Amino acid sequence: MARFLLSRAAQAVVSILGVSTIVFVVMHLSGDPTLLLVPEGASREDVALLRHQLGFDRPLAVQYADYLAGLARFDLGTSLVQRVSVASIVASRLPYTLLLAAGALAVALGVGLPVGVVTGVWRGTLVERLLMPVVLVGQSMPTFWSGILLILLCAVTLGILPASGADSWSALVMPSIALGALSMATFARITRTSVVEELGKDYVRAIRAKGVAMTPIVLRHVLRNASIPVITVAALEIANLLAGAVIVETVFAWPGLGQLAIQSIAGRDFLVVQALVLLASFTYVALNLLADCLYSVVDPRITLLAGTR
Amino acid sequence: MTGAAAPAIQLAAPARGGRVAATLPAALLLVFVLVALAAPLLAPADPARQSLLARLRPPGFAAGGLTHWLGTDELGRDLLSRVLHGARVSLLVAFLSVCVSGTLGTVLGMLAGFRRGLAEIAIMRGVDVMLSIPPILLAIITVAVLGPGLQNLVLVLGLTRWPRYTRVAYGQTLGVATLPFITAARLGGARGGRLLFRHVLPNILAPLIVVATLELGLMILFEAGLSFLGLGIQPPTPSWGAIMAVGRNYLASAWWIATLPGLCLFLVVLAVNLLGDQLRDRFDPRSSVR
Repeated sequence: MARFLLSRAAQAVVSILGVSTIVFVVMHLSGDPTLLLVPEGASREDVALLRHQLGFDRPLAVQYADYLAGLARFDLGTSLVQRVSVASIVASRLPYTLLLAAGALAVALGVGLPVGVVTGVWRGTLVERLLMPVVLVGQSMPTFWSGILLILLCAVTLGILPASGADSWSALVMPSIALGALSMATFARITRTSVVEELGKDYVRAIRAKGVAMTPIVLRHVLRNASIPVITVAALEIANLLAGAVIVETVFAWPGLGQLAIQSIAGRDFLVVQALVLLASFTYVALNLLADCLYSVVDPRITLLAGTR
Repeated sequence: MTGAAAPAIQLAAPARGGRVAATLPAALLLVFVLVALAAPLLAPADPARQSLLARLRPPGFAAGGLTHWLGTDELGRDLLSRVLHGARVSLLVAFLSVCVSGTLGTVLGMLAGFRRGLAEIAIMRGVDVMLSIPPILLAIITVAVLGPGLQNLVLVLGLTRWPRYTRVAYGQTLGVATLPFITAARLGGARGGRLLFRHVLPNILAPLIVVATLELGLMILFEAGLSFLGLGIQPPTPSWGAIMAVGRNYLASAWWIATLPGLCLFLVVLAVNLLGDQLRDRFDPRSSVR
């Protein structure tokens, strides 16, 4: 158990190091990161001065070491545009995105899981044929289109929900649905696959033969065994929700990290953009690690398998 | 594992829907491709021609001997023409980036699976790392650094979307590399590139095509999403995402600007996703239940 988690943790550290390196490389792709940080039309002297102040005139290896050292201290730098630390800018917007992600996750799990179980158990029936197209539509709907349609329907035509902003709880409804739809489809599909696979196994036949009704079998046995792929996907989906928030927050003018990312690009505040990409990637790695830990709680066999590998 | 095989095979049979319905996604995609190719011939007007007198006209509005079937946008440009030309941009970007990322990813995956050793560790670790950056964010920051535009968009999507191909190509190559016909080819004198491209590649192509199809749908969404955010195709070139971004500001007065390009986007992505699912069922019956 400990060895398994330790090796996973080591992998996570490697991933975080790799992500940091890629972001560093991307920031230097244009040749001179200073140019990303100054307003257009800045004089050559100003650029040179800033380049020196930020240390971009040092050798790449030194810059890289300095950057990693900063990350290790959770120092993301100071925004040149707003003159405050990047961390505090991100922290001020984080609650909104967490709220939105929670809302979207509630939509995704609340609809996706029941749909997945029902279509898995009643495979080949009318229920499945009616529900699967809903899943497919949810999967193919671009979030910015479903968002626009929702605004058109609920805000413009019916006038029951605010079209944008974050002034009331009702403003959370539409962004959550728009953001959660894609994850809903993913959850429904994975749950369905997993339930179908479990239902075909011998232990289900054995319990049925003992005369247990279908409902308790599904609720008590199948769901527990089917939950492992769902946990994996949930970890990935939460990270996806955070990333997908970029577009949804733009559609609904929701003042979270996504909108911050776009505003920072427009305002040439690249250290903030860099911090957001790092934050999202670290969250992804951390959630994956968490999912790995959860498996062994849900299914003790996993640790054994990992040990023999 | 044997317990899972039985229902999977059952489902792989194309029972539901029938044969006609099965060809619908491919047919729809073909229509989109043809429309994209023939956009200059089909479009009733120049997509960039403005007419400030005919701004924000609803669908079906006729002006100056020309009927605007889908209405006009905020500058009086014919929306139908812009949507048709938008299909061109959308499919072009998606197709080119799939070509770039598919080639790169496949070559890396085959190398990792065939060479093993250090190359394998380096490439597959790289895949893990790339996959832990949310793709849309990686695309956003890279485009923001390099600057928007069609060329950079293809470059960014092509260079950031290779890991999925690599994973599949790697796994498949591992399976193929030890088979007798590879040994035979090697004994026959084939080596290096020839061995990989003439003998390994044809045998691992099918699952890669499935990945490429599913990626094509994603790339269409990414192009539209980035253009929607103002980071993709720049005006006045018509792109569905960019048209929708403008239309979002006119939702209350001109619903058609944002919704109709979105409908096209939805339909083309739906068609590609359905096609990808069908191909997956055909090439990989084991995963067909998904």
